[in-house]
Amino acid sequence: MAETIQLEVTRYSPEKDSAPSFQKYEVPLRKDWVVLDALNYVKDKQDGSLTFRWSCRMGVCGSCGMMVNGEPKLTCATFLSKYAPGPVRVEPLRYFPIVRDLVVEMSDFMAKFRKVKPWLVRKDDKPLSEGEFLQTPEQLEVYKQYSMCINCTLCYAACPVYGLDPFFIGPAAIALAQRYNMDSRDQGSDERMDILSQHEGIWGCTFVGECTKACPKNVDPAGAIQQYKLAATMNWFKTLLAPKAPR
Amino acid sequence: MRPQPQPAPTPYTPYHPRWYRTPVSTYWWMHRWVYFRFVLRELTSFGAAYFCVMTLLLVRALSKGPQAFEAFEVRLASPFFICMTVIALLLALFHTSTWFSLSAHAMVVRIGGTRVPGILIVAGNYAAWLVVSAILAWFLLR
Repeated sequence: MAETIQLEVTRYSPEKDSAPSFQKYEVPLRKDWVVLDALNYVKDKQDGSLTFRWSCRMGVCGSCGMMVNGEPKLTCATFLSKYAPGPVRVEPLRYFPIVRDLVVEMSDFMAKFRKVKPWLVRKDDKPLSEGEFLQTPEQLEVYKQYSMCINCTLCYAACPVYGLDPFFIGPAAIALAQRYNMDSRDQGSDERMDILSQHEGIWGCTFVGECTKACPKNVDPAGAIQQYKLAATMNWFKTLLAPKAPR
Repeated sequence: MRPQPQPAPTPYTPYHPRWYRTPVSTYWWMHRWVYFRFVLRELTSFGAAYFCVMTLLLVRALSKGPQAFEAFEVRLASPFFICMTVIALLLALFHTSTWFSLSAHAMVVRIGGTRVPGILIVAGNYAAWLVVSAILAWFLLR
């Protein structure tokens, strides 16, 4: 008989359960299988009612984020063999409300995303006939790292501040704000600063640093937040020294 | 006044009571080493605070004249204060090294359009620390 590994998967049915519980499944331990393959195997062969999100299976869509043995992971990029001989505990992303089994509710996160104005803000827009806003490779390099975010929310599941303070805007949203602030074509950093310099914005962050470790795309949200804090402090000093000068 | 968070387990889910929200334990920082280390980093700031307070007391003693300064020095040489200083030093060393290791995330230094690697920033912090320590040691021990 082929080698197997045990999965302990969170089950929660809002119709039947008052709290989540774990269900065990025995799945083949194949060298080329990721945790998502094992979940799909369970759904296909053992229990069709198991509910979870996934789409691209290649670390791009950001749908299959779950807690694997207590760590936030993209299950499509986490090999089963890493956890041999098991068991492997698969849970929904921490700090998010559970809708069903491994599916979490993300509307709070999406609302926070919109709040930081994640688009190019222009104050002096020019007509289309004048052509595009040009950007050099160096100018692209400044913000490129922050534009790699795939909204998988692993960083929120790694952030105890988000767990303790539901109003904290959170790592990915602040990193995204920084992505636009550092874009040479954007002129909206003042507007974002008004939102993010509040307590629930950058100052809520205590620099635990786990968001950066959890990020599968090396976005470094913790770094973005600290750099934002520095910019906010400089801004504050500027307004203190020259209150009437334009920011 | 901003809206206050509703009590757990459902602050995000006022209209969806069937969504389950796992309550966050008061001892969340004890469950994982990385979180425990973070709390240690924060708590060890007391070591740095201790040295600040002692420096202020030293300056106060100095301002009161040679006798007060001498009395302060004698008090610092007592076993209790030597123990406190050693403990505070260990706390401050841990606090400093953990912050140095994070500095690469907070500081972006670009030279000629290229970002300086994080390890060089951390090494720069340690080098600056060594230089300052060497200057102080020379000043105090010459």
